[in-house]
Amino acid sequence: MRKELERYFRKDKLPHIWCPGCGHGIITGAVIRAIDNLKLDQNKICIVSGIGCSSRAPGYMNFNTLHTTHGRALAFATGIKMANPELKVIVLTGDGDCAAIGGNHLIHAARRNIDITTIVFNNSIYGMTSGQYSPMTPKGAFATTAPYGNIDRNFDLCKLAQSAGATYVARGTVYHVPQLIKLIEKALKHKGFSFVDVADICPTYFGRKNKVPTPVAMMEKIRDMSITVKTAEKLSAEELSGKIVIGEFYEENALEFTEEYAKIIKTAQGGK
Amino acid sequence: MGKRVMLMQGNEACVEGAIAAGMRFYAGYPITPSTEIAELSAEKLPKVGGKFIQMEDEIASMGAVIGASLAGLKAMTATSGPGFSLKQENIGFACLTEVPCVIVNVQRGGPSTGLPTLPAQGDVMQARWGTHGDHPIIVISPSSVREVFDMTIKAFNLSEKYRVPCILLMDEVVAHMREKVELPEELNIEIINRKKPKASLPDYKPYKDYDGDGIPPMAAFGDGTPFHVTGLIHDETGFPSTDPKVTENLLNRLMNKIYNNLDDIIEYETVDTADANTVIVTFGSTARSVLRAVKLLRQEGFKVGMLRLKTIWPFPHKAINELTQTATKNLIVAEMNYGQLIETVKASADGVFKVYGLNKYNGELITPQEVIDKVREVAVNA
Repeated sequence: MRKELERYFRKDKLPHIWCPGCGHGIITGAVIRAIDNLKLDQNKICIVSGIGCSSRAPGYMNFNTLHTTHGRALAFATGIKMANPELKVIVLTGDGDCAAIGGNHLIHAARRNIDITTIVFNNSIYGMTSGQYSPMTPKGAFATTAPYGNIDRNFDLCKLAQSAGATYVARGTVYHVPQLIKLIEKALKHKGFSFVDVADICPTYFGRKNKVPTPVAMMEKIRDMSITVKTAEKLSAEELSGKIVIGEFYEENALEFTEEYAKIIKTAQGGK
Repeated sequence: MGKRVMLMQGNEACVEGAIAAGMRFYAGYPITPSTEIAELSAEKLPKVGGKFIQMEDEIASMGAVIGASLAGLKAMTATSGPGFSLKQENIGFACLTEVPCVIVNVQRGGPSTGLPTLPAQGDVMQARWGTHGDHPIIVISPSSVREVFDMTIKAFNLSEKYRVPCILLMDEVVAHMREKVELPEELNIEIINRKKPKASLPDYKPYKDYDGDGIPPMAAFGDGTPFHVTGLIHDETGFPSTDPKVTENLLNRLMNKIYNNLDDIIEYETVDTADANTVIVTFGSTARSVLRAVKLLRQEGFKVGMLRLKTIWPFPHKAINELTQTATKNLIVAEMNYGQLIETVKASADGVFKVYGLNKYNGELITPQEVIDKVREVAVNA
């Protein structure tokens, strides 16, 4: 670890609980590097998570941190941000936490355009409970609860976030780390609801079940499946199948929720 | 602001009381018969610089309330049966993480969607045990509009003082009834705020019992002392632990901070119990019918009294115990449900009294006449 980054970690809580080869540490590191690059005030950052492997990340990070209930991080984060809009509120969540049990909160936090940055550790599996399929598990993949292959269709979380109203939407991967750091920086700087989906790897549960035997092989797979937003624009739906489109999808300057509420307070108090 | 005499509804008094107590954040979801509390909070909170948000569901409302409280605001939500069920997981989170918050449950007929517009008192046990695991909780229940005002303030005060969720267990009658009330001058209202860490604490531990009273001082996110909060069992630093001793100590402290302070927390009212042969134990709007019945029965010469529980949980065993010093032989537990509080009353009475139930669960109030009939029936059988 670079010396100047140490202050962002609770070193006495390390080593982390994640399995060898897990991508979560890479995403956590990218978040820390983005925060360091932006020189944000450590005391004014609040990191909120739900339940799952990814949601253990805040415990290692030296900020105001809140480990909530399954799927509900965005609801708690909304209360924090409204109560104290000075705080930079970041939600770290997994694909089960965010896309399944927390899906409703994602839609509505995005719709409000509240100034929260959400980063999804998207490894297409429930890791903490040891390998059940999530809404992000591809059709046909295997999981402990899909022993004959997954018949659920997965969906594009970035498209969901964007159509619900998120004003910054991007996707990175744990393979393309410098790009990921830049995307998170942009998300953190953005005023409004920003959303970064991160294609992540779970060698222990997704990899073993799906014959991608090593972390390296999973990384290579992510590398080979990834194409840029620009390239993707030229491809048909069929050609896009099985690809991970990475880069920025959407950016818009729009009225932010807590600022809009500040205006309500002004009006209610008789101001203009 | 001086004294204010107004005609107001219970739900309205709740919002007035909450704002007087210092509520500056409300998150809720529309549900009958509590909706006016959300509507009035939306109108009144921004006037005092507070914040209102209508969340996407009941679960999110409870989450937002806890988040706002952790960021330093006094926070409340209001709901009814189905919504109360949905909030339970996050209420448990607030119990374990010791986040002050007030949850108003305007009870309606259940189970399930039940009788949305009709009164019931069927959430007595859910209010105590709705969330999983052993946990402390405070539940108080008002009987009049003025008492809604006072008890909402009390709910905030207890919640802030003991760092525990407090449930204001109303019912549809008290919520929608209009009464003439005189609200006290603000100067005369006692307000309790959560204990903050001393500025000099260099190494703040969010769950350390610094003062030996079982209630750790509470910083807010953004105060300048970063800390961690988790719904996992944690040690005094706030970080997860599976150590049996840590677990036991935490649960003991959570329980003891409430059960060592019962005299401060518990309130009840007795009417004509000193010489009563039969005492009717009740709470909420049912107490109004009981009070009327006691008056009428007394005129007929019946030695009957009322024990009205203002605090339901922790259960006021002391109130039952005090009756053993009187001539009381029979207890009638009057409640708008199939018989919930009666089981705890029986356990508390421990064979000293004969305990009878007066129950109604058809969406109608228990009337004074029904109370009178029950007292007569008990008198004949006794």
